Amino acid sequence: MNLDLAKPDPLPSYIYVLSDFLRGQQLFSHLFSSRVSALSFRSTPLRFYLFLVKAELIGWQHIDFGFEWRCTSISHFGMAIERILKDDASEEKGERARMASFVGAMAIADLVKTTLGPKGMDKILQSTGRGQTVTVTNDGATILKSLHIDNPAAKVLVELDISKVQDDEVGDGTTSVVVLAGELLREAEKLVASKIHPMTIIAGFRMAAECAREALLKKVVDNKANEEKFKTDLMKIAKTTLSSKILSQDKEHFAKLAVDAVLRLKGSTNLESIQIIKKPGGSLKDSFLDEGFILDKKIGIGQPKRIENANILVANTAMDTDKVKIYGARVRVDSMAKVADIEAAEKQKMREKVDKILAHGINCFVNRQLIYNFPEELFANAGVLAIEHADFDGIERLALVTGGEIASTFDNPESVKLGHCKLIEEIMIGEDKLIKFSGVEMGQACTVVLRGASHHVLDEAERSLHDALCVLSQTVNDSRVLFGGGWPEMVMAKAVDELARTTPGKRSHAIEAFSRALVAIPTTIADNAGLDSAELVARLRAEHNKEDSNAGIDVISGSVGDMSELGISEAFKVKQAVLLSATEAAEMILRVDEIITCAPRRREDRM
Amino acid sequence: MALAFDEYGRPFIIIKEQEQKTRLRGLDAQKANISAGRSVARILRTSLGPKGMDKMLSSPDGDVTITNDGATILEQMDVDNQIAKLMVELSRSQDYEIGDGTTGVVVMAGSLLEQAEKLLERGIHPIRIAEGYELASRIAVEHLERIAHKFEFGENNIESLVQTCMTTLSSKIVNRCKRQLAEISVKAVLAVADLERKDVNLDLIKVDGKVGGKLEDTELIYGIVVDKDMSHPQMPKQIQDANIAILTCPFEPPKPKTKHKVDIDTVEKFEALRRQEHQYFDDMVQQCKDVGATLVICQWGFDDEANHLLMHRNLPAVRWVGGVELELIAIATGGRIVPRFQELTAEKLGKAGLVREKSFGTTKDRMLYIEHCANSRAVTVFIRGGNKMMIEETKRSIHDALCVARNLIRNNSIVYGGGSAEIACSIAVEAAADRYPGVEQYAIRAFADALDAIPMALAENSGLQPIETLSAVKSQQIKIPTRVMQENNPHCGIDCNDVGTTDMREQNVFETLIGKQQQVLLATQVVKMILKIDDVISAAEF
Repeated sequence: MNLDLAKPDPLPSYIYVLSDFLRGQQLFSHLFSSRVSALSFRSTPLRFYLFLVKAELIGWQHIDFGFEWRCTSISHFGMAIERILKDDASEEKGERARMASFVGAMAIADLVKTTLGPKGMDKILQSTGRGQTVTVTNDGATILKSLHIDNPAAKVLVELDISKVQDDEVGDGTTSVVVLAGELLREAEKLVASKIHPMTIIAGFRMAAECAREALLKKVVDNKANEEKFKTDLMKIAKTTLSSKILSQDKEHFAKLAVDAVLRLKGSTNLESIQIIKKPGGSLKDSFLDEGFILDKKIGIGQPKRIENANILVANTAMDTDKVKIYGARVRVDSMAKVADIEAAEKQKMREKVDKILAHGINCFVNRQLIYNFPEELFANAGVLAIEHADFDGIERLALVTGGEIASTFDNPESVKLGHCKLIEEIMIGEDKLIKFSGVEMGQACTVVLRGASHHVLDEAERSLHDALCVLSQTVNDSRVLFGGGWPEMVMAKAVDELARTTPGKRSHAIEAFSRALVAIPTTIADNAGLDSAELVARLRAEHNKEDSNAGIDVISGSVGDMSELGISEAFKVKQAVLLSATEAAEMILRVDEIITCAPRRREDRM
Repeated sequence: MALAFDEYGRPFIIIKEQEQKTRLRGLDAQKANISAGRSVARILRTSLGPKGMDKMLSSPDGDVTITNDGATILEQMDVDNQIAKLMVELSRSQDYEIGDGTTGVVVMAGSLLEQAEKLLERGIHPIRIAEGYELASRIAVEHLERIAHKFEFGENNIESLVQTCMTTLSSKIVNRCKRQLAEISVKAVLAVADLERKDVNLDLIKVDGKVGGKLEDTELIYGIVVDKDMSHPQMPKQIQDANIAILTCPFEPPKPKTKHKVDIDTVEKFEALRRQEHQYFDDMVQQCKDVGATLVICQWGFDDEANHLLMHRNLPAVRWVGGVELELIAIATGGRIVPRFQELTAEKLGKAGLVREKSFGTTKDRMLYIEHCANSRAVTVFIRGGNKMMIEETKRSIHDALCVARNLIRNNSIVYGGGSAEIACSIAVEAAADRYPGVEQYAIRAFADALDAIPMALAENSGLQPIETLSAVKSQQIKIPTRVMQENNPHCGIDCNDVGTTDMREQNVFETLIGKQQQVLLATQVVKMILKIDDVISAAEF
């Protein structure tokens, strides 16, 4: 039937079209893209739906849609629905809202899914800014951070995940969080479709998460007491973390490097004292750990290149012209001679300042600000090593490691605390000269010098190393360790499954779904490695039904292997954070039943 | 005729935006308004109660908020329709006055409008409906007073207060640690409450948040938290019994307001000026030292030299503290804000028992805690959380909990929650309706029906059969006479959490009497206002 209605006058802004849901939606979204703004769920017994269409779009004419449809103008409905939001704003309700958020969150999960596990793939990220800089990474957090996301639910997932907790405090597992949350939502979607209330699902998920956590707690190994064993644990964790990153080729080397660096911290989680310097050139194997502190600066000309038992003064003071700070001061002279006089006075002032500094009995002077040629020359004459323009981080760190204070006035040499170190020397890395402070008072500091073929490699290496360092430093504090390779997920899934069997009521469906979502992680690991995931996971499940199984996926040989023999370990803290964050994210998205998008702020066109 | 057709029969519009210049009169106007009001209520309906769903709101700038706080949803929805705006106002005024029940009030107004529409269709004049509603609301408020209970608590017996706050928090996303947050809220309110006058100044409670850490790390600080750190990294991080100098002048050489020039033309002058400059810094620090200050808080920056001097003379200092925070510190510590070094005296110093700098996580975030302040009882609720969204939502939830605690201190009468109060009122109003002769009777009955909407929504959101549950509870209320109330049992409500009992006393679900009364009154007022509009003229938009 065709649109067959007396043309109303005036033309209404909206008309309603009654059609069956699927065809109607397909057709209208095809015809008018997103401008079909609403469908109300007053479905008639024939499962017909009302579509609200902007009348201008149809143009009041005969259109043959090829199927049964009726149309009625807004005036026939009275003023049934008032627009209460602004024109460009949109509102999505109930099932549609949930669908939109599920789809968005799952899209994000699918996006990073392929990076999971030791055989995960990398992504190229190209920035839209000038230069179109390219990043190659498989670090979940980096990928998510670089995405411009429009879907609000996806945004929640990203925000929740790259939240400070996961990145700063745990450092690793960002991909796992997103994948797990995505799987949880995928399962939740099925449950919602089978008419289980989201709140019931949430209740089930919560119970399941708690149960999974307890299952893990029962299986943790704590080797804190045995130092030797603990160190091997750390090595294993580092290797496991690094094996999914670019450093996997040299994971032995880097794992050792990371463990050494973290053990130097002696339990502190302050990663600031581990400095990472990237120098292109050489190969990743040439990277090394250096005890002490390396400052990426050059030594002034004519100054000693090597100082033993150095006394260091760390300062933040003007060493250029040291101008008079009194406001409005200016020099007004009437002859050249006077200019010369004042210049001499200025020089004298600087000389006095330098003398005062020298009176501290130092042989190394590090300043945050510039040092001009004149004072530099004075320092050189006195045989003092002067380093200029060490940026703020540099001097704070230096003050920290050498134990000196940052000085700005120099009148009381006796009360200023100087920093000390055994040896300052200039070293060459590749083609660059750097200054190395070794034998510093605080033994915690160390520097990792990364070498690599290109900036991309170095950046990625830094991110990988950072993840490993974070995980390790957390493990030093919380030394509970689990096996890796999908082992914890299987353990959790088993416990959750048992809980589902003993829980009465609808919640048990949700608990069961939780266990399915957990199994998705080993499945993904296997899939990414190009293995037969269905076969492997089934075998894994069978293994886990035995008592105290250590079975996990051995990606290298492509079979089920014993994780304790393969030395694949993960930190308990990371796994716990993954579990809790993912559940929280899924819960947050599940609770939403309506999405209201405000009209986007109009931007002035800048041409 | 503002429409013409081209050769294909397509219309083209001669007067642009003609559809926007509309005028609605009489019944049409009322119906249009009612439908607008109802659609706002419809949005909030699913957020009611402990099992209420959240709304995801995406702001014009693309920031996402997830909340089920009625006032916040409406605030951020960017509503365009005038009547819908009235509903937003309604929820806001409930927020200002009571701080809780912002969703309930809108849902109630919506259902009153729905009932009014039916009456309008029967040909009852809107004014008569409005009057009937007015009468009914008075009956309901009186009835609430009757079924209210006194609520016992003391400074040492906060358990019951905590329970009430937990009722409020249980519908929020933070319900994972509702116990802890409820305790924090109650303690915060009690710390600033004036139990004699039964008043609480919520301004004294600052709710602050910082991204990072866990929700469980949220804490109550008896003092002030400033998002600043010591000006020099090597200054002491902790000061006992601090005497605080609060300055609004920078540690820099003075800058006279009048334009001036200092001419240097001889070497002597240059030298003199140099000494003078040096002297300035020395004097400034000395002046602070002389009056006995052990901590300097300054609104402006420091010169490097001054900074080092301060460090050197063991006078910790904080720079770039914002004006608002400066005032708060001044109020809390009993100090005076000093604009010039010369005016600094010992009396003008603020006192605080403990000032400490605390660092968080692996990052360089540091905050300054000023605790045990001399003068005021100002407290800070310091929220930690995974991300900004979580913190914002926690802030809103804490605000609601604080308001509930405050209302209980102001007036310790409570009614039971879970829709029980609404059902009780509905029964009372229904019964009273018959006594009124005239058309108002219908309106009063409609009011009773409208009151049922809240328990109905509660039941629906909790996944129960709404009509079945409501009628069961209603009959329970009427049937079982208890010892306390001879006639009815007003404690029966909707069992949202599936505990197994409908007795809200056992479930410990209650709300404040004034909150409930306010809800009824505000909703009625707005509905009356909407009903009285009979002409809507909207001009074309420019």
